[in-house]
Amino acid sequence: MPPASFSFDAARPHPDQFRNPSIPHGGTQINVLQSNRAESPHPARLARGRLLCRHTARSAYNPLAMPDATRPTIDDLQRLRLGAPLELDCGTALDDVDIAYETWGKLNADRSNAVMICHALTGDQFPASTNPVTGRPAWWPRLVGPGLAIDTNRFFVIATNVLGGCMGSTGPASLAPDGKPWGVRFPVITIADMVRAQRALVEALGIDSLFAVIGGSMGGMQALEWATQVPEKVFAAVPIAVPARHSAQNIAFYEVGRQAIMADPDWQGGAYLEKGTRPGRGLAIARMAAHITYLSEVGLKRKFDRGLQDREAASFSFDADFQVESYLRHQGQSFVDRFDANSYLYVTRATDYFDLATAHGGRLADAFSGAGSRFCLFSFSSDWHYPPEETREITRALIAAGAEVSHIEIETDKGHDAFFLEEPGFEAALKGFLDASAGRRGLNGGPGGGQGEGLAE
Amino acid sequence: MTEAQAPRVRADYLAIADRIADGARVLDVGCGSGELLSLLRDLKRVDARGLELASELAGLALAKGLSVIQGDASEDLELFPNDSFDVAILSKTVQQMRQPAQILSELSRIAPEIIVSFQNQGRWTRRLSLIRTGRMSGAKAWHTDDMLHPCTAIDMVDLAGGLGLAVEAMAPVQGGEVGAFRQGGLARLNWYADEVILHLKRA
Repeated sequence: MPPASFSFDAARPHPDQFRNPSIPHGGTQINVLQSNRAESPHPARLARGRLLCRHTARSAYNPLAMPDATRPTIDDLQRLRLGAPLELDCGTALDDVDIAYETWGKLNADRSNAVMICHALTGDQFPASTNPVTGRPAWWPRLVGPGLAIDTNRFFVIATNVLGGCMGSTGPASLAPDGKPWGVRFPVITIADMVRAQRALVEALGIDSLFAVIGGSMGGMQALEWATQVPEKVFAAVPIAVPARHSAQNIAFYEVGRQAIMADPDWQGGAYLEKGTRPGRGLAIARMAAHITYLSEVGLKRKFDRGLQDREAASFSFDADFQVESYLRHQGQSFVDRFDANSYLYVTRATDYFDLATAHGGRLADAFSGAGSRFCLFSFSSDWHYPPEETREITRALIAAGAEVSHIEIETDKGHDAFFLEEPGFEAALKGFLDASAGRRGLNGGPGGGQGEGLAE
Repeated sequence: MTEAQAPRVRADYLAIADRIADGARVLDVGCGSGELLSLLRDLKRVDARGLELASELAGLALAKGLSVIQGDASEDLELFPNDSFDVAILSKTVQQMRQPAQILSELSRIAPEIIVSFQNQGRWTRRLSLIRTGRMSGAKAWHTDDMLHPCTAIDMVDLAGGLGLAVEAMAPVQGGEVGAFRQGGLARLNWYADEVILHLKRA
């Protein structure tokens, strides 16, 4: 670990510094909910789960509670209480950790077909079905599902909400032992901690090793962490659009976001849940700043250029004259409706602390020594959040470590977010890799490689 | 897929496959969309790895279930540990590389055997054409051809020898047909072969 303080220590700016009257406080109502859970949990798995652990329905403070009574709350989501305290990198242990998760497909008799999908910074455990709480549609509908690259007819797919998140897993919005929300008293967590929590969940589900771990961005960090923490338990790893460590530029952008949140008077020193306020302005600005880094200059130009928003000429005011302003304000505002501000502090901090080489003695290739997993990495040419050269550095380390590694840099102008969007070359290549890996793993229906012709045509 | 619809497998690929032992670890540098590698995987059950500069081609190879790294061989080869492969293949790519000697030298460190195929500028028709017309021969105009380093069979054997690589066998490729592999007869090969397949071994 880096010699970090595991805190948000920094000179905090004056609270009024980031006031932005143009962004209204408070949330807007999200559209009608589709609250159908895609599939009911596999009965055998549930029975096993009851033996190994307690499925909890503990009432936690719900920061995103919506007035709509027909909508499930975060408390209604499927979750599992870990059986033992979770040891954290910061030196403390966390008791009574809940991990919210969703699954698709069926675990096979050998329990060898489990795929863990790790979400990005502000994602959730719903890559393949609508989030019943927020109503947001599945975030990887092109990749996860029957017959798709991550084939739910063939694989047992698990997705969790990360430790420190705000979609049902224990995080700063959960209740501390004193009955009040943790707030910034919650211990600062790392990517390694998130993966330890996922490992405990996977074990509790009776799964000894994963067929694959797949994730983009912060999810890619988790995939790398899995493959280095327990290489013997990961058959195939797919880290996407991810660096081996957060760069100074990455830390800088996220620090801007954190400072915007902390500068919002409604943040209340992190205790806004108790005080009944929400630092919506700060959180929206944080999202706006970060969102720019997920796009590309070429993409922005293609989408908006200098186009004006619903007007013929500039207004000579600070209204959102330009389409790009309006778009960013919308991104910021809709984010406030679904994400907890303190959780944002914690997940961004976890990515800042991510540095795979330093955690393994300073040489990246050493992180992968003895790596038994097959790797397939993807990067995107116009990604300047986590530039392709940084992902390539991981590939180079894997080559040097003698690991079996594939890497494709996809040509695109969609920036970092490309891995969420339509990229047929990426989808076909991922399918080819997973099909071939399934064949190697001896999974039923596995084509053993050589399939996939026609997919990319 | 019926027999008639089955794609015709290139004779030079079959000839290369014939030189490779069952289950060998093979690195194909400039593997394109993975046609040769998937043939080797299916025929010889090799542990197939590829390097390819073009992203789209590398993606197609990956979609076929092959392990492929998209990138510049001149930067990536130095990373591979010594003897991490049994055979390295340069199928019609060596003349397109910026530094053919560096590539061959790195490959000889990574694998004890190298199979190289390339166009032979020593072929009599090309020599004659240059004398008769005073212009470069070739399907493409000299300034658009991606062949950066045209050479003859003798040139290539000479370079390989300088890098400590001996000729195990060589064969001519002519109009899609591959001739017999022989250890000698370089001058004759250099005179009539359109393309050449060289099987090199670390001396």
